[in-house]
Amino acid sequence: MKSITKQKPFDEIKEQLDRFDRVYIAGCGTCATMTRTGGREEVMNMKGRLEELGKLVTGWMVIPTACDEMTETAMREDKGAIQNANCILVMACALGVHRASLYIDKPVIPALDTLFIGLEDSPGDFREVCAQCGQCVLGETAGICPLTACHKGLLNGPCGGTNNGKCEVDKEKDCAWTLIYQRLEAQGRLDLMRKYHAPRNSNVTLSPRMIKITSQA
Amino acid sequence: MAPSFREILNSGNFVVTSEIGPPKGTNIEKMLHHIDLLKDKVAALNVTDHQSSVMRFPSLGGCLAIKERGGDPILQMTCRDRNRLALQAELLIAYTRGIRNVLCLTGDAVPVGDHKEAKGVFDLDSVQLLRAIRQMESGKDLGGNDLDGAVEFCAGAIVTPEARPIEPQLLKFEKKVESGAEFFQTQAVYDLDNFARFMQYARQFPSKILAGIVLLVSARMAKYMNENVPGIFVPQHLIDELASAPKGEALNRGIEIAGQMIAALKKESLCDGVHIMAIGREEVVPQIMEAAGLTNSKPQTSPGAEGAH
Repeated sequence: MKSITKQKPFDEIKEQLDRFDRVYIAGCGTCATMTRTGGREEVMNMKGRLEELGKLVTGWMVIPTACDEMTETAMREDKGAIQNANCILVMACALGVHRASLYIDKPVIPALDTLFIGLEDSPGDFREVCAQCGQCVLGETAGICPLTACHKGLLNGPCGGTNNGKCEVDKEKDCAWTLIYQRLEAQGRLDLMRKYHAPRNSNVTLSPRMIKITSQA
Repeated sequence: MAPSFREILNSGNFVVTSEIGPPKGTNIEKMLHHIDLLKDKVAALNVTDHQSSVMRFPSLGGCLAIKERGGDPILQMTCRDRNRLALQAELLIAYTRGIRNVLCLTGDAVPVGDHKEAKGVFDLDSVQLLRAIRQMESGKDLGGNDLDGAVEFCAGAIVTPEARPIEPQLLKFEKKVESGAEFFQTQAVYDLDNFARFMQYARQFPSKILAGIVLLVSARMAKYMNENVPGIFVPQHLIDELASAPKGEALNRGIEIAGQMIAALKKESLCDGVHIMAIGREEVVPQIMEAAGLTNSKPQTSPGAEGAH
């Protein structure tokens, strides 16, 4: 499971940094390194581009896991360079950006857009397979999440726009419900698709969702 | 007293419905003209609901106009744009204004339309919407609360007889029947043999099936629809037929093709009727009916029917 990010268009980053002339860059050694959006190489590349713009890069770091609370310690280690900057450009997913913002008063600017939680099919190929809906139905859909894999998020699929097992929105994309049908049929469990599925609960837990796991005494 | 759409569906006569596409704006002149043209020729008249996810004057508005002008509207409701509160609310107002027929659709995807960044709602799907209607008819809303005044509708849905693969569609068709769909207006039918096979299966269910007839006006339009309109698959031989028509004659050829399809369906008693879709060309629907050998198919009186809808 990885947090899948994509680097923002450079023009957008440039615009966000417009009022800042001294930038500290923080990348992430976990997901963003795997997706090649915020690892060492990308951080160095960004440093070069910002210096070309005339910014002073006061320092940089690839935080091992930017979203982890250890980030507080990591940032204290380079306190001087961070203090010297007037903003922090974070090349990590939104969790890393948010984490950094907890420990610094200065503006924290995201260099990346967080897209989805991805399953790695093969190195470099990531796919969204979960919508974190809090009402997992994978047991009834042969492992295919209808909220993510079906563009309309249908619980009683397919829709009338599917063609040759492909989705009406993107002809390259498989129709989730055709796949679910085929799998359930092979398993002799078509009754699970045949039965009526009631409307889903969009408010299983209200956002922002949180949980406190306390250990049993 | 004019018979209700439900009575017409159950009359054993060949039923003809058609549809009105509302305008993209407040200029409803053309829409009113189309309503006047068709309201007395067909058993009931659908008004589409942001067809192909293109923002338009709403179905409810068109249906109110049809009621005002003495026709029988079929309110089309998709689940793409509204959550369950808004959908139920629309059913309430529709009922109070005398609208008695609803077609329940999931809705085309947002990106195929002209507001590609809009949020697709899909809080309910078509099957759940059908059940919502039945629940509201029993005097309760989807939250389980009592309604101060219930509703009553002749509810229908759609099916795609030419879907490939067909089995998932049939499974969903059965769910729709069980969830209360009394009639189905199908997606465009072009392959009569395939449709006959579909009808052999569909005949075991009580719902009435109206075969979808989509007017083709040119080879270019047919190709465009194949590529862009979900649920429509025009076969190559029809595209060729249209392409080979003399200049200016493609529309007439399209009308003939539609008329012949309807005539064949009626002759073979393959289904309970047809739903004629002349998208953007509502004015030629009477010609299609004529080409099909259909006279005015709207019964004027209902044998033994009494009382208001």
